[in-house]
Order: sequence, then structure tokens, then C-alpha cells
Amino acid sequence: MFDFFKGFGVTFSTMFRKVVTEEYPEDFPPAAPRYHGRHQLNRHPDGLEKCVGCELCAWACPADAIYVEGGDNTEEERYSPGERYGAIYQINYLRCIGCGLCIEACPTRSLTMTNFYELADDNRQDLIYTKEQLLAPLLPGMEAPPHPMRLGEDEQDYYVLGPQLARASAAGEQVANDPVGEQVR
Amino acid sequence: MSLSPEKTDARPVPEGYVRLTIDGLEVDAPKGEILIRTCERLGIIVPRFCDHPLLDPAGACRQCLVEVEMGGRLMPKPQASCTMTVADGMVVKTQHTSPVADKAQQGVMEMLLINHPLDCPICDKGGECPLQNQAMSNGRTDSRFVDPKRTFPKPLPISTQVLLDRERCILCQRCTRFSEQIAGDPFIDLLERGADQQIGVAADKPFQSYFSGNTIQICPVGALTSAAYRFRARPFDLVSTPGVCEHCASGCEQRNDTRRGTVMRRLAGNDPEVNEEWTCDKGRFAFRYLTSKERIVRPMVRGADGRLAETSWTNGLRVAAEGLLAARSSGGIGVLPGGRLTVEDAYAYAKFARVAAHTNDIDFRARPHSGEELDFLAAHVVGTGPEILDYTRLEAAPAVLCVAFEPEEESPIVFLRLRKAARKHGQKVFHLGQWTTPAVRRTATSTGVASPAARDNLIRAVPGAEAAVLAELAETAPHVIEALTGGGVILVGERAAEVPGLYSAVAALAQRTGAAVGWVPRRAGDRGALEAGAVPTLLPGGRPVTDAAARAEIERAWGLAAGTIPATPGRDTDDILGAAAMGELAALVVGGVDPDDLADPAAARSALREAGFLVSIELHASAVTEVADVVLPVAPDAQRAGSYLNWEGRRREFGVALDASGVLPDCRVLDTLAVEMDVDLFTQTPAAAAGDLARLGRFAGTAPPGPAAQPARTRTPAYGQAVLATWRQLVDESSLAIDEPALAGTARPAQVRVNAATAERLGLTEGLLATVRTERGSITLPVAAADLPDGVVWLPANSAGSRVRVALGVGHGELVGVSAAGGAAGAADGNGDTA
Repeated sequence: MFDFFKGFGVTFSTMFRKVVTEEYPEDFPPAAPRYHGRHQLNRHPDGLEKCVGCELCAWACPADAIYVEGGDNTEEERYSPGERYGAIYQINYLRCIGCGLCIEACPTRSLTMTNFYELADDNRQDLIYTKEQLLAPLLPGMEAPPHPMRLGEDEQDYYVLGPQLARASAAGEQVANDPVGEQVR
Repeated sequence: MSLSPEKTDARPVPEGYVRLTIDGLEVDAPKGEILIRTCERLGIIVPRFCDHPLLDPAGACRQCLVEVEMGGRLMPKPQASCTMTVADGMVVKTQHTSPVADKAQQGVMEMLLINHPLDCPICDKGGECPLQNQAMSNGRTDSRFVDPKRTFPKPLPISTQVLLDRERCILCQRCTRFSEQIAGDPFIDLLERGADQQIGVAADKPFQSYFSGNTIQICPVGALTSAAYRFRARPFDLVSTPGVCEHCASGCEQRNDTRRGTVMRRLAGNDPEVNEEWTCDKGRFAFRYLTSKERIVRPMVRGADGRLAETSWTNGLRVAAEGLLAARSSGGIGVLPGGRLTVEDAYAYAKFARVAAHTNDIDFRARPHSGEELDFLAAHVVGTGPEILDYTRLEAAPAVLCVAFEPEEESPIVFLRLRKAARKHGQKVFHLGQWTTPAVRRTATSTGVASPAARDNLIRAVPGAEAAVLAELAETAPHVIEALTGGGVILVGERAAEVPGLYSAVAALAQRTGAAVGWVPRRAGDRGALEAGAVPTLLPGGRPVTDAAARAEIERAWGLAAGTIPATPGRDTDDILGAAAMGELAALVVGGVDPDDLADPAAARSALREAGFLVSIELHASAVTEVADVVLPVAPDAQRAGSYLNWEGRRREFGVALDASGVLPDCRVLDTLAVEMDVDLFTQTPAAAAGDLARLGRFAGTAPPGPAAQPARTRTPAYGQAVLATWRQLVDESSLAIDEPALAGTARPAQVRVNAATAERLGLTEGLLATVRTERGSITLPVAAADLPDGVVWLPANSAGSRVRVALGVGHGELVGVSAAGGAAGAADGNGDTA
């Protein structure tokens, strides 16, 4: 007889505790700041891709989720500074375990992870994300590649002073830094 | 204190040897051996970068420092073991036993890494890099260097094919020593001094070498890379398969590195008896034909509308078999296998011709040829092997005579052996040719690049007069006869067929001097096709068609009724095509034959057009598939197994490198085609074909007598005319070098070559354009001076803008008109118009 009340006691006391249930998908709570969410392929401040197609992410991946094929940049058709760019870039989110080894391996900080976690679908094909889906959006002041390296006189300027030069040119055009750009930085 | 341990070995030191102690181990080493090799033999690995067993010692990198004690006295500083020869009583301590040597090596490594970028993860060499490996095994874990590293703009193009990242270079000088010592074209060298020292090229002279790819392979860091492979893959991505080069008859061992179903790169294999560790740029870089868009992947049959349409194998083979069966009873079938087949495929063709087509009309020679050549091959070449003449014997010979053979252009590894022999032991290499080509200059005994003595090794002949010159050699150049007598070697190229009497003269000279004769064809399959019986006069194993016993032997082995194999020799390539054009032959089976390679391309093309029924067994869309009734695709080398016979007659086997599903080798296609024609070839697989051929064995009877053709009269050029000399360059418009822009960029420029007197007589100026013409067409190219005989003009036979047979319709030794093209409008486009 006592056990009966003991059982309901648990139910009753829980009614006054803080609720841990997330109201997803109606409510959309942010993930932890360093959450390993969907990947992003970043861009240089002028819009060129940072990926050089070196495939180190694919090599680092323990789940073999990444496929990269490099291509040659030419003076007429330049996607990234330097000689090579990632012509084909795919991440298979059916395989990705979100370990983040790929972003540690990336020598250009091209590949990073965002906080986006809605990675579910009803078919396999759509879960293989291609380069177009993974590339960071073009921010104001960026230009979609292919185009030549826009910032600075030489490669040294481009890599070392690129962000400053981009800010300077944006300020010169009297365009205020937009909140989205600030957030990304 | 002495480092010497107690003498433990009481055995006497053998003659020519010295006894020394390395890391406490007593060892006998031949006199003159380099210390680092003695260590290697003991299993003691001393780290090194500049040392290479095939290059002269340099002591450039200082990585191999060891502690040495001589005569009981310790040398004051550690010594480079790659430059020090062994000596009696020497006591050596490597890094394993000497802290001094270990510290010295670590110090050198730290110095080398000061300016070396830490880009191993994105460097092509990372994973197979001696610097990376030895920095791990013999270097310090930390660097004390804190300043910015030296950087250079990257990459520096050494040529269109070879790219140099100077900041990665550790100045070991392997590449410069290779260029100078092995290849002999020192276009790449050390520039500047001190901290600015770097590898570079002369600004006006590109690194134009046929062997430049080897510098990439021996570079111990990732400083030299090829445009074709740079950033395409890493060593651990690749699946490596041993292979054999299909581009020429040298027979180089290679390594195919494949990834994701394509060949990413090819490296020279290490076969000390054949190619040592080298291969030429064509063999190394020309492999994209494998994945060319022109590849035929499905059988095709010409429909009623006159167009080729893809069809099934069953239908394609049925149509082909029906057409061939009809043709066999109404005239006959001619078979042209081409010169790029493996032995197994050539044997399948040879057997197909006899068993399914009931004919001897089969000839592998897709090039200018002669009956004299067949006689020569039957008497002196077929049935020989490396036991008679091989690379080792070639290298050891005191003298070599090259006849109608330009070694660097036509068999580059033979050239490297000749150069090595000339350089190392003063082998006299004579060339019967027209001008002092780079190969003639670099096989001169003196190692100097342009010594006046070099001209001694060229026996100059007017094109067409080579046979007469050889016959008169005793009077005009007795020193050549003298040098060849006593172990000399005569290398004769396939171009000898273009000069009547030349093969006979070679045979006569060989008999007179006792010199061994080597036949060096240009294509990889020629030697094997000869042995396999893809010849009008010979059955497999070198059995003469006219020999009844030999025929009976083959008929028995193949299970044929007696008398099935025709007793008369068949037609050769030109006659087969002629007969097909005249309707005497009702059908042709054509393998990898390019009509433009034949003596008369226009006639060959029209013969193929007019052939009653044409079956093409091909890799790529070609001039033959354009007019074929049935096209059957075959597998390229990377997707099949097989073997080639190289010029020595050495069997060079290779396996499948790429996934071979859906593609069939020639022998399988022919076998199935024969089954459709109701006979069985038993060549379903290369292994089955090889076994079938091996069971036949070689001809046991006496070889037929050699050729006895008379030299033709040389032509005398009239006013405004010259005698044409021509041969192919290694990197040219050949069909297996398609889709290789970086390789094509390293080709030697196509030029019209004449000597100064002829240039003056014909009104030509060096550097300006000249037009060479016949009634069929013309070729316009810049003029370059060369020491040709008077009244002779030289053209590359198949280079860009100079396709001699196609444009002019003539060949070596024939008369052409030559004039300056300065004023001629529209003639300067460099392309021979065939109008």
C-alpha cells in the first residue's frame, strides 16, 4: 500500500522540476558554440575559395565521408589563389560522424564546421552534400569565382593583409559592416 | 685511443679486396668501393640524399657523415661516406656506434631543414620522401631556427613538363648530375652562390631533354614535380603495378601508379639488365591515351545507311565472321596486325591468318618495308635472344655501329647504354647517318659536349647511299672495321628497309668483322610479331613458310589437315593493301595500323576505302575505323596482361594495372571471331596464347640464307633540289602521345636542316622559313644549320608541321625541291598541305 503512494510521489515531485524537453522543431535552440555541425567551405575576403583541393580532409576522415577531386586554376579561370582548387567536393552525411578531424587537417582553414544540425532526409542521395551546398554564402564585397585575386599587389599582401584590405575597401566605399559579416567573423 | 677492435678474422684478404671494420664488423670490400655501399652490404644504412648508385659521387649534401680511422689515427672530422673509397685497415663508425657521427648527421639534417618548408602534408613527395623519412629517423625533433624561411615564387617551370619548387630543394645535385652524366644534356644547373644557391635553367634554353622525367624520380625531396602529376595524388593514394613500356622496343620496366580507375603516373622500374633505373619521357608521361575520349568501348557495325552504329559483341562478331567467311571463298583475306601488339596478340593474329583466313597474307610491318628486310629478319634476327646480344654485351662491346638507327630518338634506353659505355670505358660508338645529331655528339668518347673530336664517330652518307658507304668502309674508314672486329656490335634500325641493299650490306659487314647484329625496331611489338609468325614468310617460331617439314609441324600442333597452310609466302603490307584495292583480296582484318605510317599514305587510305570488307580491331577511332565495316574494340596495355619482346628478344611480361572489366585483349577477340568462323584458336587469354606459342618451340632447321640485294644508285639532285633525309623524333605526333600537351612541349623543334653550302646554293637563310616540296605537297619550316652532306636536306618525319610521308609522299633518300619561303604567301603556316 505504501509503494503505491511512493510511486505517485515521484510523478508528483517531478511536476515541479525544471523541464528538460526541447520544443523542437517549433522552438529552435542554438547548439553549443563549438558544436560539430554541418561543414562549410570558407572563402577569402574577395570571394575566392579557400579550398586548394589537397584532399587532406578526405585522408583525415575516419569514416571515409569526404570525396575531393582537385582541378587546375588558370589565369583565365581562377577559383582559389594558388595552383589548385577543389573541383569536386562532396561530404556524405550518412557517413560523417562529426568528429572534426577534417577541419583539423585542413591546411588553409577552408573547411570549418557550423552550428547547423538539421541533417536528416528521406533519401540517401540528398545527404551527399556537394560543393555548391557546402560553400559559404557570398558576403557583401565578395565576388563569385572565377575571378583573379583582387586584394593587394602580390601573394604576400593577399594572404597576410587580405582581411584588412577587404575592410579598407569596404570602408572606402562607405558601406557599413553588415551584422551577418560580423557574426561570421 | 684507437677505435680498432682486436683482429678476429685470420683469413687472408682476397686479391683485389681490402679489409676494413665497420661498426665493429670486419668486412672485405673490393678495392675502390665507396664506403656507403660497403655499409649497405652489411645492412648498415647511412642516411644520404645526393648519393645515387648510378651517378658519380658528389658529396653535396653531407648527410652521410661517419667517423673514420685510418692507420690507427682518427680523422679530425667526420667524413662523407659517399665519396670515400674503402682502404685496408680502415675503421669506420656510423651513427649507430659513434655519437660524433650521429651528432654530425643531426646537425646536417637541421641545416637542410632550415629553409625547407614544412608543407609535407600538401607536398607530392610526402609519404615517399627520403628527406621526410630520414628527418624522422636521423634528425632532431626540434629546430632551433626561428627566423623566416627563404621563399621563392613557385613553381619555376624548367620545361613544360618539369616544374621546380626551389624552396624545397636541398641542393643535392642529383638532377644536375643526371643531366650531365647520364643524359648528357646539361640544361639544368646550379646558379648563384652561398645562401642564394639554387637550381635553374638558362633563360634562353629550356630544359629540353628526353630524359627529364628521371630527375623528378630521383629528386630526394619534392622539389621537382611533373605538370602531369603535380598535386594529383599522394603516394599512399596509389595502387602500384609493375608494367612494361609499350612505346618502343627498349623494353623498360615501369611502375603504373593508378588511382580511381586511371593511371596517375608512371615511374621507371629498376631492372639493372635492361633500363637500369631510367626511362624516357615518352614512356613516363605518354599514358593519357588510355583514357582518351577517342577510345572505342563498344563494337560497331556499319549499317545500311553507311554509318557506324554501336552494337552488341554477339552481333558485331557475327557480322564480322559472315563477311570474312564470304570473303575467304571469294578472293581471300589479308591481315595487318600492326606493330604494337604483345607477343600473345601477334600470335593470335598469326594463327588467325593461317587457321581462320587460310592465308599467309599477314604482315605486322606498318611502316616502309622491303622484301630484303624479311630475308634479313629470317636469317639473322628471328630465334635470337638475349643470350646472343643483350644490353650487358652491348655495353661491354669495344665498338658499336648504328646503322639507320638514331638511338636517342628511336630507342632511348639503348642510347643511354651507349652513352654510359662511351663515358665509362671509352666504347667507340659510330653512327652511319647524315649529321651530328645530339645523340652522335653525346655518344662520342670524350665527355665534352661539343668537342671537335666528336665528329670522328659519324660516318656521313648521302641518304640512299648508306649501303654503298658500308660496303666501302674498308677503304674509307678502316678504323671502323678494325674497331668492330673483336666483339663489336652493329645495331640496325627498321629504317634500313628504306634503303635498298642496306640490310645486305649490314649482314656482309657483320660476317666480315664477326660483329653481333642487333635489330632495333621502333615499335614495342615488332620483335614479338616476328617471333609469333605475323609475317608473310615465317610461321611461329621462325619456321619458314616454304619449308614443308616446318609447315607439317605447325599443322600437327594446330590440329589442321595436312596442306592447310599455303606453301607459298604471302603478300607484304603494301601488296596486301594493293591487292585489296584491286579487289584481289576480298577482305582485310586490320589491327593498330595508321595508314599515315606507311610508305604511301594516300594509296593506303584509298586501299582501305576500297577494300571489299574491312574489320578493324582498334583501341581508338582512327583512319581505319572511319572506313571499316566492323569495328571491334580491344583493351589497352593497362587493362590487359601480356608480354613484349624487346629488341634483345627478351620477354617482358606485365600484368593488369587497371580494372579490366568489359574490355578484351586482341587475342580473345580474335579467338571469339574465329569461333564464329567455326575454328578454334585456343587464345582465349594471353596466358593460353603464350602457352600455345611456347609449346610450338623454335624452328630446328637451318635458317634461310640472308639477303643479297644490290645497293641502289643514289639520286643526284638537280638545281633547286636536295636528297631528303628523315627520321622520327621521340616526342612527335605519334598516336600514343595524344592528350599530352606538357610532353608535347618538350619536343625538339621541327626544323629543316641543311649545311651552309647547300643553304647558300638553295638560297636559304638560317632561322627563316624554307619550303620542301614534291608534286604532292609541301612542308614549310624554319631553317637550321647542320653538318649534312652537300645537297641533303633533313626533316623530322612525323613532327608537328612536318609529316613527311603524308605531306610529301616520299621518304628517306628521295629527291625533293627546296626553296626559301620568304615571299611565298600562305606557305608559312608550317603545315604541309596535301592538296
